[in-house]
Amino acid sequence: MSRFVDARAPRSLFAADDVVISRADAQQVIDRVLRLSTADAVQAVVRSSRTRNVRFAANQLSTAGVVEDTTLVVMSYIGKKHSAVTTNDLSPESVERTVRKAEAIARLSPDDPELLPLLGPQQLRDTSAAWDEETATLDAGVVTAAANTALAPARRSGSMLSVAGFLVTGADAIAIGNSAGHFAYHRGTNANYTLTVRTDDGTGSGWSGEDAVAWKQLDFAAVSAQAIEKSTRSRNPVAIEPGRYTVILEPQAVGDLVGLMPRYFNARSADEGRSPFSKAGSGNRLGERIVASMVNLVSDPFDPLVLTQPFDGDGLPLARQSWITNGVLSTLLVPRSWGARRNLTPTGTPNNIMLGGGSTTREQMIAGTERGVLVTRLWYLRETDPRAMSYTGLTRDGTFLIENGKITRSIKNMRFNESPLFLLNNVEALGPVRRTASDGPGTQVMPVLKARDFNFTSLSEAV
Amino acid sequence: MTTRRDFVATSAVAAGALVLGRPRDAAAHVHLLPHVQPRMDAPTRDLLLLALDTAKRGGATYADVRIQRVQRNNIATRERQVLDVVDSDTIGCGVRALVDGCWGFAATPRLTNAGVQRAAAEAVATAKANRIARDKPVELAPAPSHPDATWSSGFTIDPFSISVEEKTSLAIAANSAALSVPGVRFVSTQLQFVKEERNYANTEGSVIAQTLVRSYTPMSITAVSADRTDFAVRDAVVQPTGRGWESVLESNLPVNAKRWAEEAAEKLTAKSVDPGRYDLVLHPSNLGLTLHESVAHPTELDRAYGYEANYAGTSFVAPPEKALGTLKFGSPLMNIYGDRSQPGGCATIGYDDDGVQPDQFDIIKDGIVVDYQTTREQAMWLDWWYKKRNMPTRSHGCSYADSWSSVQFQRMPNVSIKPGSKDIGWNDLIAATDRGIAIQGRGSYSIDQQRFNGQFGGALFHEIRGGKIVGQLRDVAYQFRTTDFWAALDLLGGPKSYELYATFSDGKGQPGQANAVTHGCVPTRHRQIVVINTGRKA
Repeated sequence: MSRFVDARAPRSLFAADDVVISRADAQQVIDRVLRLSTADAVQAVVRSSRTRNVRFAANQLSTAGVVEDTTLVVMSYIGKKHSAVTTNDLSPESVERTVRKAEAIARLSPDDPELLPLLGPQQLRDTSAAWDEETATLDAGVVTAAANTALAPARRSGSMLSVAGFLVTGADAIAIGNSAGHFAYHRGTNANYTLTVRTDDGTGSGWSGEDAVAWKQLDFAAVSAQAIEKSTRSRNPVAIEPGRYTVILEPQAVGDLVGLMPRYFNARSADEGRSPFSKAGSGNRLGERIVASMVNLVSDPFDPLVLTQPFDGDGLPLARQSWITNGVLSTLLVPRSWGARRNLTPTGTPNNIMLGGGSTTREQMIAGTERGVLVTRLWYLRETDPRAMSYTGLTRDGTFLIENGKITRSIKNMRFNESPLFLLNNVEALGPVRRTASDGPGTQVMPVLKARDFNFTSLSEAV
Repeated sequence: MTTRRDFVATSAVAAGALVLGRPRDAAAHVHLLPHVQPRMDAPTRDLLLLALDTAKRGGATYADVRIQRVQRNNIATRERQVLDVVDSDTIGCGVRALVDGCWGFAATPRLTNAGVQRAAAEAVATAKANRIARDKPVELAPAPSHPDATWSSGFTIDPFSISVEEKTSLAIAANSAALSVPGVRFVSTQLQFVKEERNYANTEGSVIAQTLVRSYTPMSITAVSADRTDFAVRDAVVQPTGRGWESVLESNLPVNAKRWAEEAAEKLTAKSVDPGRYDLVLHPSNLGLTLHESVAHPTELDRAYGYEANYAGTSFVAPPEKALGTLKFGSPLMNIYGDRSQPGGCATIGYDDDGVQPDQFDIIKDGIVVDYQTTREQAMWLDWWYKKRNMPTRSHGCSYADSWSSVQFQRMPNVSIKPGSKDIGWNDLIAATDRGIAIQGRGSYSIDQQRFNGQFGGALFHEIRGGKIVGQLRDVAYQFRTTDFWAALDLLGGPKSYELYATFSDGKGQPGQANAVTHGCVPTRHRQIVVINTGRKA
């Protein structure tokens, strides 16, 4: 039971033992909104979360905390006008105030010519496996103890290693309900551990990380050991000439670049002529081969490695979607509004992306490479040309030279100017997939990947 | 502070104001001036003091507590259509406790006696749990207490007093003006406003109430070629401010949008840049982000000591023992200072989240690093340096949390470049340049985790030949090693050319937090910088 929830607090609508809002309590809040509404239609979204985190750096704890919050969004629709008002006060008087404010703002807003009717009742699949009770209710001591898998070896090293890491567990719930009869609820947990280890001479840095639905799925000792190993192995890097290289990208690095692709799959931007998937003249490139034929890119909230919210922000149920099938652009993302205008079936807006893997292991990829670069992760990626999905960024925390089938030395980090489209066009082998420890929104499942002609453009002295 | 109870009482009035709308003329708003921060109300003060008392009884040697309310108003438009009108309001309490030299933090939206007591107890319990992993105990630099302080930012028209109608009409008028230009197919304008009421107290006797607003109206204009084989975007046209609606009116969107749209259309036929070395003349609207990334981030003291190693990164301005007073960052023309009291700045505040009144401080003097951005905890790490320089060991007031639910840590103050002594400006720098590129607005930006290697684009590029602009360029990015780039600074604008660049959202920390920050800049010229061509089509 959460020690944080105060059953006597007058504003609390939660049962005393709920870490995040329950289905029944969320339904009660939403029903209150529906009863109070005088608009033509109303939709309410309740989001509730509780997170615990521990952060450490320079071989000591820096910050640690527990944060809980619950918010209500009321979206009111009057004629073709609409608005959204958010509050984190779920008291009855605040809920009423929020409904009235949303209605007042909607009345003053201009008509929205693309407004659609709210979704009616939907069939939703069970996602109870997304919730792990132990993860939702962890004590501070357990999290701090996990930090010691990095802090203890760092201290034993006599400060030859400096560790900086972050451990975070979260429990989230979301409910969407509206006056058209739709109601959807989901709750999930998440645990994440990332670690960067630096050597005291300032020449080596190694990173590792894991992310999972449940705390017990994380192997803290393995993450710590891998980051330590990478840091010592990456000491005293040498400079190589920037240029086009065969690369082996570990899953985190693949996710850093390929994880940027979903934002370009929007059908509207493609149809409007401002996307890499626009076709000269008119229309889009659906059905065209855009990358190598071994590439398959999908979203699936029900995949056991994913288990994320099975509906989008509109409450639309999310199914498995294949964006790229055997190298061919097979689906573009269709929001409800664009679907209605173009008579297309909406896909919804997924919160996960998975690049299909293959059977070549990382070790086999290295063994089969005459000269190449092994990359742990990428950093500070920014778009340089939207027409080709081009990005710049840098390697970080473990970059190595491969010569004649072996990792031979640590090399200095490099800046690249490259597009995930070109990377996936040049792919030569795919390996086992894993869930990455992404900082960004959404969940990624990515393989280790080998590709030719990756475009490194300058050296960086950064370690 | 508006408590929820007060808000209940005034919401009817607020709704009335919405229904009535407001006049367009800025002069009609003068009755709203000036904004005065009311004293903290008794219930808020009582909750703050109760949380502190609970933490002390639990064993905290120091604690502070914030009850904060953040209201946001966002309006999104595209072409002649309003996409969304979204208002949000969040309020809660964050307690930070120091027990036996370890920090603990807890946050709750429950603003009841029991709610804040539980948060304080949880902060203490978390601090105690951390003791097993402690290396060195936390020490805080001395700071005067402020027992009954209030502060308000310098806005003259509260953006939350402006009706939805007035805001949407302005955006649609701007979009329509842009769409009147041939070739321009898409426009989006957003209006974003933030109002924060920050209430703070600590166990050393400070009790502080502050109010501030920020405003931002980003606009993006896209031109598409007739055959749909190309498109070009003009954005980064307006700066965020730590001011109110008056700053939006000053941007004069409906008038300026047409010029920006013409620039977007012209970009479609602009010459793609030839890679090579060029003299760059950077407008404050472009230099601001480059200064932010290459100068302001590496002079954050926590980065220099490795505290951001796992996320935002460390710094080449390290270790401080070797950098301070020694490291040559750039040309002797380069003088950089931090200042959270700068009027209109997005990071401007009366008292930081340690309860410290910020000061103006030199970071780089005549090209040499002389100080870092600090909090009370971090100022102690430079005690040796301040003693050597006969300076007080004090925090520069850089403690900040982006919400009641976030723990405070070191965030960037407004970090600015001092103008040169000669009274010259943008046009003079262009006239003095034989072969170069003039760059306005922020574009693509990327820099490594220690801030050595940067690559920056822009929003608008013009070729300079013989001291004159000869036409627009596209696909430009400049790539540099930070200290070489700043050593190549050989001309900078005078006081009259000083402008405020700002960013509305800068990320740091785990869990990630966003802050807003301003950089006062003058136009600068940098000799013989590498320019690459980033243009590629799918």
